[in-house]
Amino acid sequence: MSDLQRLMMEPTDHHAQALFAGLSDISISQDIPVEGEITIPMRSHIREFDSSTLNESVQNTIMRDLKAVGKKFMHVLYPRKSNTLLRDWDLWGPLILCVTLALMLQRSSVDSEKDGGPQFAEVFVIVWFGAVTITLNSKLLGGNISFFQSLCVLGYCILPLTVAMLVCRLVLLAEQGPINFMVRLFVVIVMFTWSIVASTAFLADSQPPNRKALAIYPVFLFYFVISWMILTFTPQ
Amino acid sequence: MAAVGDLQFEEFGNAAATAAENPGATTISIEGPGESPTHQAGLPRGSGGEEDDELLGNDDSDKTELLAGQKKSSPFWTFEYYQTFFDVDTYQVFDRIKGSLLPIPGKNFVRLYIRSNPDLYGPFWICATLVFAIAISGNLSNFLIHLGEKTYHYVPEFRKVSIAATIIYAYAWLVPLALWGFLMWRNSKVMNIVSYSFLEIVCVYGYSLFIYIPTAVLWIIPQKAVRWILVMIALSVSGSVLAMTFWPAVREDNRRIALATIVTIVLLHTLLSVGCLAYFFDAPEMDHLPTATAAPNQTVAAAKAS
Repeated sequence: MSDLQRLMMEPTDHHAQALFAGLSDISISQDIPVEGEITIPMRSHIREFDSSTLNESVQNTIMRDLKAVGKKFMHVLYPRKSNTLLRDWDLWGPLILCVTLALMLQRSSVDSEKDGGPQFAEVFVIVWFGAVTITLNSKLLGGNISFFQSLCVLGYCILPLTVAMLVCRLVLLAEQGPINFMVRLFVVIVMFTWSIVASTAFLADSQPPNRKALAIYPVFLFYFVISWMILTFTPQ
Repeated sequence: MAAVGDLQFEEFGNAAATAAENPGATTISIEGPGESPTHQAGLPRGSGGEEDDELLGNDDSDKTELLAGQKKSSPFWTFEYYQTFFDVDTYQVFDRIKGSLLPIPGKNFVRLYIRSNPDLYGPFWICATLVFAIAISGNLSNFLIHLGEKTYHYVPEFRKVSIAATIIYAYAWLVPLALWGFLMWRNSKVMNIVSYSFLEIVCVYGYSLFIYIPTAVLWIIPQKAVRWILVMIALSVSGSVLAMTFWPAVREDNRRIALATIVTIVLLHTLLSVGCLAYFFDAPEMDHLPTATAAPNQTVAAAKAS
């Protein structure tokens, strides 16, 4: 009789131990990590995709990022309650906007000795440190938004004010006068309201309900200061 | 106020009365370990001496110290530690601002609004708003004053923002630091019943600066008399808030030192407001003759001055 038949007739521990004696010596020691890879048929495709962003042409990379930035600009211009700005945040858009604004707002080098409007560095510092301070404030008050998400939203919502700056620059090419000033005032006020509405639409939900006003007020102050700098810009 | 105070004590008094009436009855009261001895002490005191009660805060200073100790338990390098300084709701901030605008002689600002919970939100953002209010109003008033002149070219003087920020933030942080150090030193010499923590002093100073925001905006009006009246009003409101806050902390002390402290506080406050007015706002000059294209209000102002 084979061992197996004997086992089936008399299933005793004794036999089992004899049969599987060798097996019990095998144990998996703790320092051998048990891991492996599950290969799926699609795997070769994924590998190609991973390395292709490294090998793709520069134009593809830039266009992809520009498209993402442009999509977010559209979200700011037509603010609805959506999560796109928060979900895939990036800081390219705020950088572009801030540099454009600072370049247009800086005083010309002619009167840099006397007092004048802000320098490039001053505008840059106000925008970025203002955004950082507002973000820290909202986090300290107990908001559940991440640091960079908040920076992204605040930076993107400067877009209406940058548009206002461009319009003011164009309007200033015409003759100076009270009408000129009224037009600029109107444009700046409209864009300021647009910025506030856009940023509130994105940021308000992340604040605790009884502290919403405390978190929104610094945003108001921030955009007010930027609007003031745009409104009082005088070309040389 | 007397009714509320009596009601509070009466609540606990009921339990004590029933316990006295029926010694056999078991009364279950859930209270903290430090609280039961103060009930019996509170009962006779609740009927009289309420003024001292409100000003000194003797009875629950132990409680608030315990609470304060329990609150800030995170180490100072964690984010949660700093979150405890921003633990205020919107209505609390509004209440504190209202308290700083309406100083009532019997009420101590710290005791009433802040004792449980000093915050850094108010001081920081009130100072930030004040900096921009002064800079913007200064530029605007200069623009309006020189409006008719042909030779004047308006430039937004951005340097003023940096200077205003330095002055205001230095005042709001260094003066409380000096005052706190001074009060600690006097506390070691003379046992004062009331002592304030550094954050509470920063809080009082921050909220007392709120009155200057509408004052700075109204300083745009280019009339000397109007400006000085505004200075007087703002100074009296915020000066009285500060004086009434710090008087209980120094009145146990030597009479002359107490008076000198209060006078110094008010003097520094005066210096701040007058200095800001003088530096950021040009004097509305009445001596230059307006040109033919000047606005009519300037001619009226010139006529008034002469």
